[in-house]
Amino acid sequence: MGKFSVEHLIRTRLNWGLALIILGLVILLILPQFLGPFLLSLAILILFWAYLGQCWNIMTGYTGQFSFGHAAYFGIGAYTSTWLLVNMGINPWIGMIIGGIFAMLFGLFVGFLAFRSGLRGIYFGLTTFAFSMVLLFLSSNLAIINKTMGIQVPLIGGDSWLLFQFETTKVPYYYIILGMMVVSNIVVYFIGRSKLGYYFKAIREDQDAAAALGVNLLRYKMTGMGISSFLTALGGTFYAQYFYYIDPDLVFGFFLNVEILLGPVLGGVGTLFGPAMGALILTPLSELTRALIRQPPGFLPFLLALQGRAGVDIMLYGLILVVVIIFLPQGLVGWIRQLRRRGHRYLEV
Amino acid sequence: MALNKKIVLPSLIAVAILALALIYHQSLADWWQVNAVVVFQALVSGLFMGGIYSLVAIGFTLILGVLGIINFAQGALMVVGMYVTLWLFTTYGIDPYLSLPISVLVLFLVGALIQRFTIRPIMDAPTHNQLLLTLGITLFIVNLILVLFKADPRIIQSDISGTRMFIGEVMISFPRLVAFAGGITIATALFLFMGKTDLGKAIRASAEEREGSALVGINVKRIHLIAFGLGAACAGAAGTLMTPFSTLTPTAGDTFIMIMFAVVVLGGMGNMLGSLLGGIIIGLVESLGAVFLPGSSRLLGVFVVFILVLLFRPTGLLGKK
Repeated sequence: MGKFSVEHLIRTRLNWGLALIILGLVILLILPQFLGPFLLSLAILILFWAYLGQCWNIMTGYTGQFSFGHAAYFGIGAYTSTWLLVNMGINPWIGMIIGGIFAMLFGLFVGFLAFRSGLRGIYFGLTTFAFSMVLLFLSSNLAIINKTMGIQVPLIGGDSWLLFQFETTKVPYYYIILGMMVVSNIVVYFIGRSKLGYYFKAIREDQDAAAALGVNLLRYKMTGMGISSFLTALGGTFYAQYFYYIDPDLVFGFFLNVEILLGPVLGGVGTLFGPAMGALILTPLSELTRALIRQPPGFLPFLLALQGRAGVDIMLYGLILVVVIIFLPQGLVGWIRQLRRRGHRYLEV
Repeated sequence: MALNKKIVLPSLIAVAILALALIYHQSLADWWQVNAVVVFQALVSGLFMGGIYSLVAIGFTLILGVLGIINFAQGALMVVGMYVTLWLFTTYGIDPYLSLPISVLVLFLVGALIQRFTIRPIMDAPTHNQLLLTLGITLFIVNLILVLFKADPRIIQSDISGTRMFIGEVMISFPRLVAFAGGITIATALFLFMGKTDLGKAIRASAEEREGSALVGINVKRIHLIAFGLGAACAGAAGTLMTPFSTLTPTAGDTFIMIMFAVVVLGGMGNMLGSLLGGIIIGLVESLGAVFLPGSSRLLGVFVVFILVLLFRPTGLLGKK
């Protein structure tokens, strides 16, 4: 094959990719026009989990430092903006940024302590987990944030972009979380192609080798931690403004730590589209199993036996998790790449 | 310098504590007058609970040390042990302590099956995948029990439940004492097995050096199966020993897994003797925490210890440097 044809191939594929992304964006932009209230809230949830998954992915997927405590940053974001709104009357948009900064400071604090002691792998994961649990216990006992009672976001009785609250329609929430999701993806895209991204990946692949080559481990791990925790906290504020209510279990809870990383693991850790792909499959799936078990449709009579049995949906969820990890260890994106590689090999032969 | 730091910091802390004790000397004495019994009671119940933590954690550590897997499902497996005992008690009227061998055997088989069909394929996967897999298993088991037995809390009223004796004003509950003694006995038996038998030595060898032990003819796959089965059996035994004094719910293992992390990190990852010691210390921290930090969650003290150990001695108390 000549040089020209290879270049041509690459260029056309790049253009195809760009065209697909633009098409996808256009669809996402006009989508709310066609969705009923149920599907709209489902779409918001998908984007929400895609966003959080991407935030986690920056930390774990790119720098390779396994975080198992992202609920900490999420909760700090949710509590900061909501507390400031309720007690000081500070605009949630501003509270969102303040929450992000607080979460970033906390993330850097955890990161500094953990990385300085040389914690890696599962040790690092467990440390982040323990910090998120300590925040859960502390927030459950702090009178200033209502202990386990949680905080209610005061309703303004209308729609306002300025005040980040919409009662009559959910469409603005859709566009807000869509914007956040797109921004997080752009951040990851540029990290992946920048010098910073190469440092991240070098640390992920072999941190001792990276350190030997002069990569400042602490500095780049902290950078990843800072970006990731800041963005995660913004998701926390969105959650509070969207659901109007937060409590320690909802925003610092154990399962939040897990739910944040389910999407990227299914989609593909350390890939640009993995988190979105994972969320696109997992969120409807969990809503669907919940709905199916609660009200089995007539054409699936065998489900009637399970109707109203608490736990069956989560049981299925656990089973799916096990199957996915055994059969798709690289996630969907990794699987697709593998198929394509196989396809290429087939074409070459 | 390093040595100085090691001596200076603890001695500073000790001096600070002594100074505080001197300043508050009178009020401390008053406090002790009122609360001495409470503290002794907390020590006793913490010690007894610690024996159970040790047993579950030794199983967890065995799996971690030999397979390199963080077994999130350890708490859920303990709950399986509890419900096996409950089922035998309600259907056949078998005393909880008599069902111990059955639940150990059942859990060994369950563990071996889990290892064979889910853990073996992902032995080389990244850490987060392994963690999520065992988490998926946990969700499956806990909710399976929920579907089979419903969420209602259950209690086993056996002959020994509620029996107790007093030393001074400190109450000693017999079922808890038996659980502690049983936990320590089983742990000791496991140590003897690991130290004296060929199979135990093979397990230890493959924990130290997986490829090397395969080279000298140890069937590592079989060792992994047995190690996971033994780890699960420890959890099952702990579950059974706890039934006479516990309220059984499908989610009873949830807090256990967090305690497990703390115990294992405190004792040193993969160190079984460390887990034994760590379990008892964490049991004491938990019950004393409830005395000194009333109102907060019992687990807060445990997590503070957990973080302190991770930060200042990440290899644990008995871990290798």
